[in-house]
Amino acid sequence: MAGILVFVEQRDGEIRKASLQAVSEAKRHGGAGGEVTAVLVGAGIGAAAAGLGAWGAARVFVADNPALGLYSAEGYTEAVAAAAAKAQPSAIFVAGTAMGRDLAPRVAARLGVGAIADVVKLALDGDAFTARRPIYSGKAFAEATTAGKRPQVISLRPNVFAAEESGGSAAVESLDGLGLAIRAVVKELVKAAGGELDVAEADIIVSGGRGIKGPENFALIKSLADALGGAVGASRAVVDAGWIAHSHQVGQTGKVVSPSLYVACGISGAIQHLAGMSSSKIIVAINKDPDAPIFKIADYGIVGDLFEVIPPMVAAIKAL
Amino acid sequence: MNCIVCVASVPDTASVIKLKADGTGIDESGIKWIVSPYDEYALEAALQLTEAKGGEVTVVTYGPAGAEPALRDCLARGAHKAVHVLGGEKTLGDSFTIARVLAAAIKGRAHDLVLCGVKGVGTDCSQVGQMLAELLGLPHVAIVTALEVGEGSLAATREVEGGKEKVECPLPALLTCQKGLNEPRYAALKGIMAAKKKPVDKLEVSSLGIQEGADLFYAVARFELPPAKSAGTIIQGENDPAGAAAQLVKLLREEAKAI
Repeated sequence: MAGILVFVEQRDGEIRKASLQAVSEAKRHGGAGGEVTAVLVGAGIGAAAAGLGAWGAARVFVADNPALGLYSAEGYTEAVAAAAAKAQPSAIFVAGTAMGRDLAPRVAARLGVGAIADVVKLALDGDAFTARRPIYSGKAFAEATTAGKRPQVISLRPNVFAAEESGGSAAVESLDGLGLAIRAVVKELVKAAGGELDVAEADIIVSGGRGIKGPENFALIKSLADALGGAVGASRAVVDAGWIAHSHQVGQTGKVVSPSLYVACGISGAIQHLAGMSSSKIIVAINKDPDAPIFKIADYGIVGDLFEVIPPMVAAIKAL
Repeated sequence: MNCIVCVASVPDTASVIKLKADGTGIDESGIKWIVSPYDEYALEAALQLTEAKGGEVTVVTYGPAGAEPALRDCLARGAHKAVHVLGGEKTLGDSFTIARVLAAAIKGRAHDLVLCGVKGVGTDCSQVGQMLAELLGLPHVAIVTALEVGEGSLAATREVEGGKEKVECPLPALLTCQKGLNEPRYAALKGIMAAKKKPVDKLEVSSLGIQEGADLFYAVARFELPPAKSAGTIIQGENDPAGAAAQLVKLLREEAKAI
């Protein structure tokens, strides 16, 4: 067993950024002493395969099948397991998106091994990885291994590892003869209205909490998010109050995020919220209460009324 | 409609996490233990289904003796019986071993649906459900936020980035349940009294053919706390909010280079 197999995710034929990050990370580790091989799964997606060479893949397996057009845990597991049987990798990398986090454990169980989820740092010792991963939503970290088991199935947290082109080319091979038996069938992918950005993917997040006083004031939060080109997040308190959908919730019982900029507006900073966002690169807090715990982890903050602070902030950003 | 619900006993999400002095694990002193919040959605879904369609809800946990209150809590909310596989001290975060133990405990017990939470709060692996489905040979739907169960099949909605997937699946199947699926009920006094008489089947891991700690799939070399943050730049903006806003935007642009 040698080399790293990377599952590459695409939507409508377009490779997801998080997957390019995973391929790049595999390349940075020199394929763990072997080749970096990618496996691309979907329907009508062959055109995207060759381009993966530029990001570090030496070989790309393509499972192009009408039955794999929309994600299926069973079908995609079959494809990745087939690629693993051919490549015999010592590690399998998967971007830790909703799809990747669903697929990696099923693939691992199929191969009779465990998996390390949501990794934020990888160290290679010989040809085995030790992986750093947040636990208790970032209140602590674990340096984890697969206790000697191979292949090491690892999901990488999106937006933590850099995607960088290394300028190679890849040999493309089609993966045929898959024994697909798909029972759980995705009938439809319903996209959020207006191409709304998801907090799990956003590089900038502006979140609102109790301090915004009512659901109608998420318009103010959104105005700041729009000015910054970011997504709208929320605290548990306002999600539980029904002011905004749960998909926006950041925290230990919501999404755990690490954007490059996180702006917390009217959020006091309950421990379970801090756990979900404290690994953000730059944290900004806007709150009336100078003693709010959020200020303890903020890189920048304004003690003041968010209703008076946000509108001039939006104007100042637009004037940049 | 027989449902099996897998639950974990975890530290309350309001807990401050401290490490043992030698860094080999979490200091559990003073921690309050609860049913993992996502498992509550799984239990509630199972209770609603069996109330509507008949059948039984069995809750299963793999954990130390201290996990029993979590099982009693589930019984008090309406689960019919419980299975407690005793152990788990050496396998915290070892999703595959946990899935193997649960699979062995579930095989041979009637199930139309196996329900798990999206993740165990704490280890945050979010892997046991999918691994368990594979080991039991079941299809699965993860991160379920809406569910309709018909005759021999189900329709579920699952959360993905920037949207939702609508999935159809035959029974038996496994689901991992997400916040938004339902509003979990609390245990009423009557339920708490009744729970004391409900059966808890206690099993040793070894009786399932697995020697705990002998064949690990995940090991933690070391635990660490996040690095302490230095104090940030806090602007007093009560008197001049517009000035504070302008200063903040300038700092984010020029110093932090974040915008």
